[in-house]
Amino acid sequence: MLIAENLTKAYRSGQQQLAAVKNVSFRVDPGETVAIVGPSGSGKTTLLGLLAGLDRPSSGTVRVDGTDLGALSEDGRARLRREKIGFVFQSFQLIPTLTARENVAVPLELRGEAAGARAAELLARVGLEGREHHYPAQLSGGEQQRVAIARAFIHAPAILFADEPTGNLDAATGGRIVDLLMELNREQGTTLVLVTHDLELAARARRILRLADGAVVSDERGGS
Amino acid sequence: MSAFRPLLGLAWRESRFARRRLLLFLSSISLGVAALVATQSFAANMAAGVRDQSRALLGADVAFSSNRAFGKGTETLLHVLRQRGTPVARVTSFGSMALLERTGGARLAQVRAVEGGYPFYGAIETEPAGEWGALARGREAVADAALLAALDARVGDSISLGEAKFRVAGILRKVPGDVGVGSLFAPRVYIPARHVAETGLLRFGSRVQYEAFARMPQAEAKRLVEAHRPMLRAERVGARTADQQQRELQRAFGRLGSFLGLVGTFALLLGGIGVASAMGAYMAQKRDTVAVLRCLGATAPQVIAVYALQAGAMGLVGALLGAGIGMAVQWVLPRLLADLLPIEVGTAIDLPSLATGVGIGVWIALAFALLPLLATRRISPLEAIRRRVESADGARRRPDGWTLFAGLLLAASIAALVLAQAGTVRAGLGFTAGIAVTLAALWAAAWAVTRLVRRARTAGLPYPARQGIANLHRPGNQTRVVVLALGFGVFLLATLYLTQHNLLRPLRLNAAQTRANLLLFDVQEEQEGEMAALLGQSGTQVLQKAPIVPMRIHAINGKTAAQLVGPGTPDDSVVVEEEGPPDGPTGERARDGARSGPEAWAVRREYRSTFRDTLVGSETLQEGRMWRPGGGGAPAGGIAEVSLDVAIVEDLGVALGDTITWDVQGVRIPTRVTSVREVDWQRLEPNFFAVFPSSVLGDAPQTWVMLARAPDEAARLAVQRDVVRRFSNVAVLDLTEVQAAIDEVLGRVAAVIRFLAAFSVATGFIVLLGAVLTSRLQRIRESVLLRTLGATRRQIGAILLAEYVSLGLLASLAGAGLAVGAGWALARWIFEVDFAVPLSPLLLLAAAVTALAAAVGFWASREVFRHTPLEALREE
Repeated sequence: MLIAENLTKAYRSGQQQLAAVKNVSFRVDPGETVAIVGPSGSGKTTLLGLLAGLDRPSSGTVRVDGTDLGALSEDGRARLRREKIGFVFQSFQLIPTLTARENVAVPLELRGEAAGARAAELLARVGLEGREHHYPAQLSGGEQQRVAIARAFIHAPAILFADEPTGNLDAATGGRIVDLLMELNREQGTTLVLVTHDLELAARARRILRLADGAVVSDERGGS
Repeated sequence: MSAFRPLLGLAWRESRFARRRLLLFLSSISLGVAALVATQSFAANMAAGVRDQSRALLGADVAFSSNRAFGKGTETLLHVLRQRGTPVARVTSFGSMALLERTGGARLAQVRAVEGGYPFYGAIETEPAGEWGALARGREAVADAALLAALDARVGDSISLGEAKFRVAGILRKVPGDVGVGSLFAPRVYIPARHVAETGLLRFGSRVQYEAFARMPQAEAKRLVEAHRPMLRAERVGARTADQQQRELQRAFGRLGSFLGLVGTFALLLGGIGVASAMGAYMAQKRDTVAVLRCLGATAPQVIAVYALQAGAMGLVGALLGAGIGMAVQWVLPRLLADLLPIEVGTAIDLPSLATGVGIGVWIALAFALLPLLATRRISPLEAIRRRVESADGARRRPDGWTLFAGLLLAASIAALVLAQAGTVRAGLGFTAGIAVTLAALWAAAWAVTRLVRRARTAGLPYPARQGIANLHRPGNQTRVVVLALGFGVFLLATLYLTQHNLLRPLRLNAAQTRANLLLFDVQEEQEGEMAALLGQSGTQVLQKAPIVPMRIHAINGKTAAQLVGPGTPDDSVVVEEEGPPDGPTGERARDGARSGPEAWAVRREYRSTFRDTLVGSETLQEGRMWRPGGGGAPAGGIAEVSLDVAIVEDLGVALGDTITWDVQGVRIPTRVTSVREVDWQRLEPNFFAVFPSSVLGDAPQTWVMLARAPDEAARLAVQRDVVRRFSNVAVLDLTEVQAAIDEVLGRVAAVIRFLAAFSVATGFIVLLGAVLTSRLQRIRESVLLRTLGATRRQIGAILLAEYVSLGLLASLAGAGLAVGAGWALARWIFEVDFAVPLSPLLLLAAAVTALAAAVGFWASREVFRHTPLEALREE
């Protein structure tokens, strides 16, 4: 499903070359749940950006569902994302001018498909029935993240990237959000790649990849 | 001061990464300052021009004028002056056809027969240079280029004026005190006075202006005029000194200056609105910083001071920039207005105008920035540690004392600015009210439009269009401000266009209806039959003709003219011989009291009346009734009937049943007002203040005026040529050329106003630019997010396009819609003409503004394409 080979991402900082991600290789099978963990500055977010095709590596390759991201243009990668990739962000990233339902519909809309009914359905699924016409500003943080989760699943992505999905929520709300994410993931058989520094959250994934200083230091497969 | 210094440093450092953006926000006042500086400086240069050129404008220190030959008293006075060694020169002016036999060209010209010495001041420039002196040599003439062009003549040709011929020695290049466009109506030709009698044109009924000019010290001129005023008045001679002339011109130019200044002020006020909105958005982005500053112990006034200093400094830079642009523009104005002004206007840099412009600019920037600055007092320090604290946009609080104070200060600043520009309190209040109403209407339109957009069912549209339109009501959107600023610019331009269009329309319509293209006047009674035959030869049709009998008012209700209006005040001496009321037949009049006293000009003027027994097409009966055909006359010792125009009834302060005794070439004719007619003066037809029964005036000495239609251009030119060959005294006015001249003059005036109005439109675009850049971060964040979700660049572009096209469309339609309302109100109440909307030019304007708005918006947003989707993650 997801293959990373010898991924390196270096930034130029003044005279120095700084490698944020160093020679990372791993593969993720379909339906797998993987948590990428590590302290601040370990390169988690950079790695996620490379995996989702938001950024280009300095060297190495990423394949998503058989497609080499390196061979695609910027817009080509955008098209791939709207076909196969879903996102959940730490700060929800809803579009403030759109209602909850309209926000959920965006990925399908971008493909030129009608999405109203499916969006309503998913909103009901995440427990936001009756809130379809509220704007993000009228929703609480937990509710906003539910909208974001509904949006992430609407186009039935093959792989879902979640970046600290509970980072901006209190513990109880965060717990419920993770439950929801896992449930939907199971129902849809989506591959889930989760970035977090919350070890409790990471423990709910079958596999944990530890990152330190831009390199993979351990790759554990749990039993749950 | 010691507490102030650190704030200054803080303000400077805090602005570090925002200076360019701040400058853009505050540069929305630049164009307003530019317009203000340019118009003020232009006005100052005009005043200086009048001051320096006042004697040249009159050509002398004192001038006497009358539209009949000077009486005995005046002649004696001129004789005495001459004997005392005072230089005196006479100028006799009249309209006459000029004819060139070689080409057969003929054109109505304004002939000025001048005596040696005139003008005493200033120089009449000719081409070839120095040919003004040729008038002293013999039968020579100097004429406007327009006359030579119409006659197809060149320097050296001999043109006929009446029975005499004059060799054209040169072309007039510049005549001090004359308005250049005047020559469009009747080109001037100067001839030596000693040969004027040879033309045979100074006969009964011709309209002649007699003038005499003298050179003497100003004080003496003033004393002279004062001492002889009663005699001059009795002989109906107007007298004016160079000083008087200067004062009148200064008044007139003062009004012109303040009008132009007001148009410039609009741009400044729009800029102010732009500042307020941009400042609001800027402060919203500074919430975190403000919260941190407050955490660190800054008081609310300190915070306000920091940002007010930033606003003030950037306002100053914006105003200086504007002053620079204004100085450049100031070079253009005199060129645009050159032919419309009787003086030459310099382009000297006027420092006081520059300084006031910059001062007013900074003041307006601060006044408009103050309200958004005060809002920072409500930012809680708590926001520094908790991101989403109760945001202030939720609960709306009641305005406190400071907010009220800032609001009042703003209103007072605007009113003071407009009042200062308008010159008079009444005009100022009128303009302030007008601006307030327009802005309120635009604001309401913008509000309604944003509501509408929010509720609009856009479901059928493709996604990018829906998203683009939805962006118009994004949180913190500036849709209203942009609609207001852009809409106001469109409003100004469209209103100007509509007014110009509707003022010209009756002339065009009228010309099309009657299709008259020639007006013949001063046709002598005995020439009438022969004239009809001559016109018939070329297929020219006489559409209307009327006899004209010149007369004056001797008495009203038994009181003589002198008793009624007294010896008069010095100021109205110059309008003694005026043709109409100072503001035209339907101008402003004192409306208080049903019967105010008679207006001096109306009592003293010469009336060119007609006689007939029916109404004509341009008249409707308002009161009373017309006499029976053949009736209305005076039974022995009785009193005749007369019908008056409704406007002159008001100006004479008379009513139905009152008696007026007329002086018709020495014969007193008593009349009673038995009907009042409403006359449509806008028709290019012979119209009359007073109409008499045929039985009363039929035998009086009279001339005829004829309205005719020549079938084509060749016939039109042929009639002018043949008439002048046969009847040298008859003047033929080519209405086609008059029409063109009116178009030309109005067009030029409109061009100047449009030029200044363009500053408002440009300010609107700067406000748009500011609004786009204000929401820049939000926009980038959104497009990055959309790209993360899989949107292509093309889709992002389509969203932007949809947003700016709909924004531009809303603004221009709102502006154009309001302009239709304003244009209608102006046409209905101020100009009193019918109103029609020329749809396609308005739509074209709307389309152009929309396209420009889309281009500006797109260009300002181009940054969103540069950002990679990765930033959605990075921003966490």
